[in-house]
Amino acid sequence: MNYFRKVSAIVWKDALSEMRTREIVFSVLVFALLVLVIFNFAFGADETAMNSIAPGILWVTFAFAGVLSLNRSFVQEKENGCFEALTLCPVGRDAIYVGKMLSSLVFMIIIEIITLPVYSFLFNLNVLSFEIIIITLLATIGFAAVGTLFSALAVNTRVREMVLPILFLPVVVPLLICAVNASGDALAGESWGDLFSWLMLIIAYDVVFVVASYLVFEHALEE
Amino acid sequence: MNKSHITKMVLLVLTTISFMAALYLIFFYVPTELSMGVVQRIFYFHVPVAWIALLSYVVIFVSSIMYLRKRSKTWDTVAIAAAEIGFIFTTAFLVTGSIWAKPAWGVWWTWSPRLTSALVLWFIYVAYLTIRAYTQGDDRKARFSSAVAIIGFIDIPIVILSISLWRTQHPSALIFEGGLTPPMLLTLQICILAFTLLYVLILIQSIQINRSILKVRDLRRLKEMNEG
Repeated sequence: MNYFRKVSAIVWKDALSEMRTREIVFSVLVFALLVLVIFNFAFGADETAMNSIAPGILWVTFAFAGVLSLNRSFVQEKENGCFEALTLCPVGRDAIYVGKMLSSLVFMIIIEIITLPVYSFLFNLNVLSFEIIIITLLATIGFAAVGTLFSALAVNTRVREMVLPILFLPVVVPLLICAVNASGDALAGESWGDLFSWLMLIIAYDVVFVVASYLVFEHALEE
Repeated sequence: MNKSHITKMVLLVLTTISFMAALYLIFFYVPTELSMGVVQRIFYFHVPVAWIALLSYVVIFVSSIMYLRKRSKTWDTVAIAAAEIGFIFTTAFLVTGSIWAKPAWGVWWTWSPRLTSALVLWFIYVAYLTIRAYTQGDDRKARFSSAVAIIGFIDIPIVILSISLWRTQHPSALIFEGGLTPPMLLTLQICILAFTLLYVLILIQSIQINRSILKVRDLRRLKEMNEG
């Protein structure tokens, strides 16, 4: 099997198991929608205030939902002894990382695709613009890149899913800052030129952490 | 006395002398800063502590990479020693900064780029110590924490870059307005030297303690195996 087929086999395995169990997308989606509603209680429905905090709400929701779905992706592997089976397969750790990262990415994007219109509807904001979609897509790649590595580590610890947010959130600080500011600018109707520096930083983050996580995963998880 | 004892004694003497010199310079020699007054003297502890917080992370990063390459326990004992000390110094960095901020800016905390970056660094240290605390098995503990250390190290410059990009859009408090006069610079340099010596001393001591812990544990296991 060539590399691409190995990776796609892992992604397909995850997609199939998700279609049968509906554990990740459904529960995380409900969680994300609940977070949106709770933010509305916390900050009130004042329209001017809402405009300034709206990008923050969106990204806190995505970050928390991301932690939840990333956790699930390896907890499932662990519970059924699936990870051991995966490591017995004639595929390298690098293919496992890429496969798991892509499947997490797909799940997170599905959740975001559904959350964004609901957010737009509930908060009366037009977030379904091309700019917001690009920002979301790029930032999610970074989330999935570090999140997959940390999730694989966290699930092998004594307290499992408790550890992931402690590892994950400090490291994605740059992504959150850039995504919140870029979304804020996009919502305010600024041009691509104003978003440029934020987008460049997000792209740089993605490239750096896809490569770094890929390399570290191979070395850190050889058992 | 073996060689390591002599090294430590020499370091201890040098550290003591340089700290005495540093304290003398801070309290008797260096002129009082004009706009902030006497409180500015905490600067001479604050900056070296920050330097150690960063230096220690570099030590963790290098020893984590070396561990993943060589798989020798020595590198892991260096990494954990540096992590524990670095965490203490990062905490001290935040505390001294806060003590200074209250009289200088009127608040204990502001979300200026430097403070925010320091706080993120502190959380990365916490992440490192957390993964260590909750992972079982020496080898796995070392591998996992190395992974977190490497990712965290790469993250720090990006954190600083993004935070400063974010905060330059707002007015922020400037710490280093003006620059330092020669006596101030000299005092700062001596303080940095004193803290660096102290750091090396504690690091060596801590590495040796970690090694002893491993040794005692191995001996105990051996004893249990012989008895059982």
